[in-house]
Amino acid sequence: MVVIVDYGMGNLQSILTKVERLKHSALVSSNPQDIMAASKIILPGVGNFAAGMANIQQRNLQEVLNKKVLEDKAPVLGICLGMQLLTCFSEEGHVDGLKWIDARTEKFNFPGTASGSTAKLTFRIPHVGWNKVFQKKASVLFKGIADGQRFYFTHSYKACCKDAGDIAAATDYGGEFTSVIERGNIFGVQFHPEKSHDHGLALIDNFLTYA
Amino acid sequence: MLLPRIIPCLLLSGQGLVKGQKFKEHVYIGDPSNAAQIFNTKQADEIIFLDIKATFEKRIPDVRLVQRVTNECLLPFTVGGGLRSVDDMRAMLNAGAEKVCVCSAAVEKPQIIDQGAKLFGSQCVVVAIDVKKNLWGRPEVCIHSGTRATGLSPVQHAVAMEKLGAGELLLNSIDRDGVMQGYDLELVRDIVRAVNVPVIACGGCGSLDDLKKVIAAGASAAAAGSMFVLHGRKRAVLISYPSQRELVDIRGA
Repeated sequence: MVVIVDYGMGNLQSILTKVERLKHSALVSSNPQDIMAASKIILPGVGNFAAGMANIQQRNLQEVLNKKVLEDKAPVLGICLGMQLLTCFSEEGHVDGLKWIDARTEKFNFPGTASGSTAKLTFRIPHVGWNKVFQKKASVLFKGIADGQRFYFTHSYKACCKDAGDIAAATDYGGEFTSVIERGNIFGVQFHPEKSHDHGLALIDNFLTYA
Repeated sequence: MLLPRIIPCLLLSGQGLVKGQKFKEHVYIGDPSNAAQIFNTKQADEIIFLDIKATFEKRIPDVRLVQRVTNECLLPFTVGGGLRSVDDMRAMLNAGAEKVCVCSAAVEKPQIIDQGAKLFGSQCVVVAIDVKKNLWGRPEVCIHSGTRATGLSPVQHAVAMEKLGAGELLLNSIDRDGVMQGYDLELVRDIVRAVNVPVIACGGCGSLDDLKKVIAAGASAAAAGSMFVLHGRKRAVLISYPSQRELVDIRGA
């Protein structure tokens, strides 16, 4: 059973239906017992990092998630905010994350971004739209997916990895940033595979079917 | 490189899909989830649904419709119409919308933009700015589906909305709506210059060349209604979307 963790940050329905379409049984839950019993975990999420972490703590999920992911090595896929939560800390709200990946979540920062600036920005924030994902290492997620394929992004913050070995793919937006993280059983994608046409669905399928 | 987006902007009137001209004379053109499915098959970049009756009827867009589109489509979509509180926004996001679009409430109770951005993140809060030229030819922000002029200047409103946390602006020219003779490029340039968030231009698109021009004017995305749902001089209903080759030409990549 795949468990889509409900920590109150939206976007669940959309992912649930895609997992079901791929013929995997899935459950949306915030119950620690369900998470303990999960074969795989999806950490979705839209929105604010600090609010997301606060919700995880409020629901007493951090401990069970740590056990499941770090000790039992259950495969986990963080999507968008869910990927950022894998990191140690975010500038969004200045709070700690799940600390599974040695990385910091930082805001995109381009010259002229300061509020009140009249400079015309080439790189607008948030980074919204379709951008290319360039693979940095072989990953089960990319099976059958062309290098440089476009995916749908919508975010203002990015995960900055300390260990380059954790970077599975990168995307260019005023400089390269990490768009896919992979470390053992821990995966994260900054884009929305559930909103990225057929190849996005293929990526979810790759996560669900790898053993 | 971030690719400029080409977005069908579809108008709802409750359960039905409609299209008008200059925000008036709306006619029924079909079933919204059917249309969404066709755009999904054509791998459209994104879709926007705006319920133009919701504000008047004091309701939000149909949650089940949003769910249906979510379940059937593999593309991001934005929903707007009658959203007046963070609970309204949450209902749309929980139903599976990627982003919510707020127009009238952004003028009448702007704090909901700030609240929405803090709760859900700026990336999912879109503010629609409907602009109409007044008797003196000066552009003015209108609300309630274009029926109420606010006296606000579009540039000032855009800057204020960005400051409150809007993550995108959907700039709609009422005068150009459904006319299919090109975007108001001057308006697009003025807004793009004033803000750092992405601007989606809408209103007036009649050709692939119009899409190219508005992207060259600085819009991060070009939205269109009539061109993607109507065909020919008699405005027959026909759903279309640029081909991959045409998209490469429009985007320059």
